[in-house]
Amino acid sequence: MTGPGGGASPTSDHGSSNILEVRNLKKHFPIRVGFANRVKGHVRAVDGISFDVRQGETLALVGESGSGKTTAVRCLVRALDPTAGEIRFHTETGKWIDLSDLSRRELRPLRPQMQMVFQDPRSSLNPRMTVLDIIGEPLLLNGMNNRNDRIDRVEELLRLVRLRPEYMRRFPHAFSGGQRQRIGIARALALNPRLVIADEPVSALDVSVQAQTLNLLLELQEELGLTYIFVAHDLSVVKHISDRVAVMYVGKIVEIGERDQVFFNPKHPYTAALLNAVPRTDPRASRTRIPLRGEVADPADPPSGCYFHPRCAYAIERCGTETPVAEVVDGERRVECLRVAELELPGVTTG
Amino acid sequence: MGTSERPPPRPGDTGGGNVAVLVEEDRISVAPQWKLMWWRFRKHKVAVSAGFVIAAFYLVALLANFFAYSDPDDSRPAQSFIPPSPIQWFAEDGTFGPYVHPLVGERDFETFKKVWEADETVSIPIQLFARGYEYKLLGLFDTDIHLIGVPEGYESESTIFLLGTDNFGRDIFSRLVLATRTSLTIGLVGVFLSLVLGVTLGGISGYYGGVPDSIIQRIIEILRSVPVIPLWLGIAAALPLTWSPTRIYFSITIIISLIGWTTLGREVRGRFLQLRHEDFIMAARLCGARDGRIIRVHMVPLLTSHIIAATTLAVPLMIIAETSLSFLGLGLRPPAISWGVMLQDAQNVQTVAQAIWMLIPVAPVILAVLAFNFLGDGVRDAADPYGG
Ligand SMILES: Nc1ncnc2c1ncn2[C@@H]1O[C@H](COP(=O)(O)OP(=O)(O)OP(=O)(O)O)[C@@H](O)[C@H]1O
Ligand code: SF4
Ligand SMILES: [Mg+2]
Repeated sequence: MTGPGGGASPTSDHGSSNILEVRNLKKHFPIRVGFANRVKGHVRAVDGISFDVRQGETLALVGESGSGKTTAVRCLVRALDPTAGEIRFHTETGKWIDLSDLSRRELRPLRPQMQMVFQDPRSSLNPRMTVLDIIGEPLLLNGMNNRNDRIDRVEELLRLVRLRPEYMRRFPHAFSGGQRQRIGIARALALNPRLVIADEPVSALDVSVQAQTLNLLLELQEELGLTYIFVAHDLSVVKHISDRVAVMYVGKIVEIGERDQVFFNPKHPYTAALLNAVPRTDPRASRTRIPLRGEVADPADPPSGCYFHPRCAYAIERCGTETPVAEVVDGERRVECLRVAELELPGVTTG
Repeated sequence: MGTSERPPPRPGDTGGGNVAVLVEEDRISVAPQWKLMWWRFRKHKVAVSAGFVIAAFYLVALLANFFAYSDPDDSRPAQSFIPPSPIQWFAEDGTFGPYVHPLVGERDFETFKKVWEADETVSIPIQLFARGYEYKLLGLFDTDIHLIGVPEGYESESTIFLLGTDNFGRDIFSRLVLATRTSLTIGLVGVFLSLVLGVTLGGISGYYGGVPDSIIQRIIEILRSVPVIPLWLGIAAALPLTWSPTRIYFSITIIISLIGWTTLGREVRGRFLQLRHEDFIMAARLCGARDGRIIRVHMVPLLTSHIIAATTLAVPLMIIAETSLSFLGLGLRPPAISWGVMLQDAQNVQTVAQAIWMLIPVAPVILAVLAFNFLGDGVRDAADPYGG
């Protein structure tokens, strides 16, 4: 059941080739109690999500805090072991490999192709290492044993992220948040990855450097032909950089589709609610969290039927009992809502 | 614009800033953590002084017999309870130079106490690097040179009494110097063992979690519920009587260290648990680092300062333990010489009333404990300036 090509089907019903195909991915955290660590239940942080990532695109993963975005992407890079599902990765050599049940040893040679940029630039750099050692670590661990070679490569990477190479002997404490994030990006790029997963890479940064950092990511994508999975809880950021958008709510993807379709013509009430909350004029307000009626459901004890029904403005009786399944609309959009056919929802208005 | 960003030194961006500031900023930027720590520690004047005090203590401990001038085991009942007699600096005829007058004891027939008077007609000069009793310097070289002493023809045992004598007529200063060596070193192996156990087991517990963590945590809970004093008595009774008191005590400290690691073990576990979720650990793993490298390169270096601080704070506990246990007769016993043993000699009220100077060993105990605590606090503050 394991191994290269296991159950892989590179079926692309849309012309462009995929780099990643996720099927029914689940991550349940056991809730342990008491002296003997008895399992009392599960936090269904990611509860069966499926999506494709196309070569060279940016797929945005959005949702409120606690919706399972971080858990999902950590499963993709196998920083967490998924409970179930498939993560099919299209390798450099053109093979399809299911990452979900590879051992650590089997994963190691694939690591360079998939790297991550982290949210908090204070926690993502080891305070006891110089920039040279931080960015040089992936190089060292993947066979670049000559220190001078590493110095050359780190210099190149620092230029790539618009930092001065002279800074490489410094420690992280000498840099601002924005600069540290660039160091993190340089480290992620050190091994020439094909897929870069960025988990809210700008949300911990000052507003004034957010745009700079996003632009850098876009430029790098262009220059290096990267594919991004970009996690955000802020739709204004997503609008700026994504090609497609997946909206997550309590461990499920409730809507996924082309950016413009999702933004101008949302099909799921949750998407519409998020869009409604996007401030359009004042850029400062973009840092505030999305005000939505009620609280996010508890993934340890989700509501019956549609998880969104306690907060949904369009909920009907059926929504509390029946679980919606993904429906394809407009060709390649997938929406999990029982009333998808009948609802007319407002999107963002241009201007 | 980009000015609200937290702005640590960025020399490149400072424009026409002044050169001195630039150099200073650069120095901080490229300084490894331990250097920053040292710079912060240096500012902590009390801790630095405490460091010097401790260094002095260990210098004395290392060269104890050199600093002593009288044989610490040489008992002379005839000269018991001589009060402290300082060195004289100026002779009556105006010449300068350290000397002592010999003491003559006379019984006061009202109080039956012996009263010691200086015979001012005789002056015995004090010499540096004089000959005295024989010993092994650093445990290696046979010698009889001492820091101070008296000229040939006299013996320091019956002439110099800087801090007086005890009930057996032994010189308190010389005994104190030797006690310093015992009290400051006998528990160190135990402290070191606790350290190794604490870091290893705490590290395993925090890094791997799950079953190993549960097992180690249960062990810690059990060990922590063991009452130390009865255990101590039990071990003392179980060890062979033919052993010397010092050897018995040393063995006990080692056995007790098998319990003593739990505090540090918990701390290390907590730090590992916390570190395990840091993004830079995940980043290292994502580029292929194995467990060994992650622990060695990414976790332990962030803990060293805490480990140093914890150890510095463990040493005074060891000193107090020795002193109080020996004082109670449970620790070291004569002929071993330690601060606790010396205080035990001063245990009864009559002695204290007659010869208050026998309580002098309290002073180094307090000084050493305070110095270690100040040093430990300083190290901890320097390691973690934001507390926590
Ligand atoms: N290790 C864990 N053990 C138990 N529960 C967890 C664990 N990690 C995450 N969770 C739970 O899983 C759910 C999803 O968390 P996750 O961090 O993935 O959300 P998120 O969408 O990234 O949110 P945010 O925007 O705050 O980063 C939350 O309810 C969280 O409490
Ligand atoms: S299924 Fe019902 S409750 Fe859920 S989103 Fe659709 S309308 Fe709202
Ligand atoms: Mg998150």
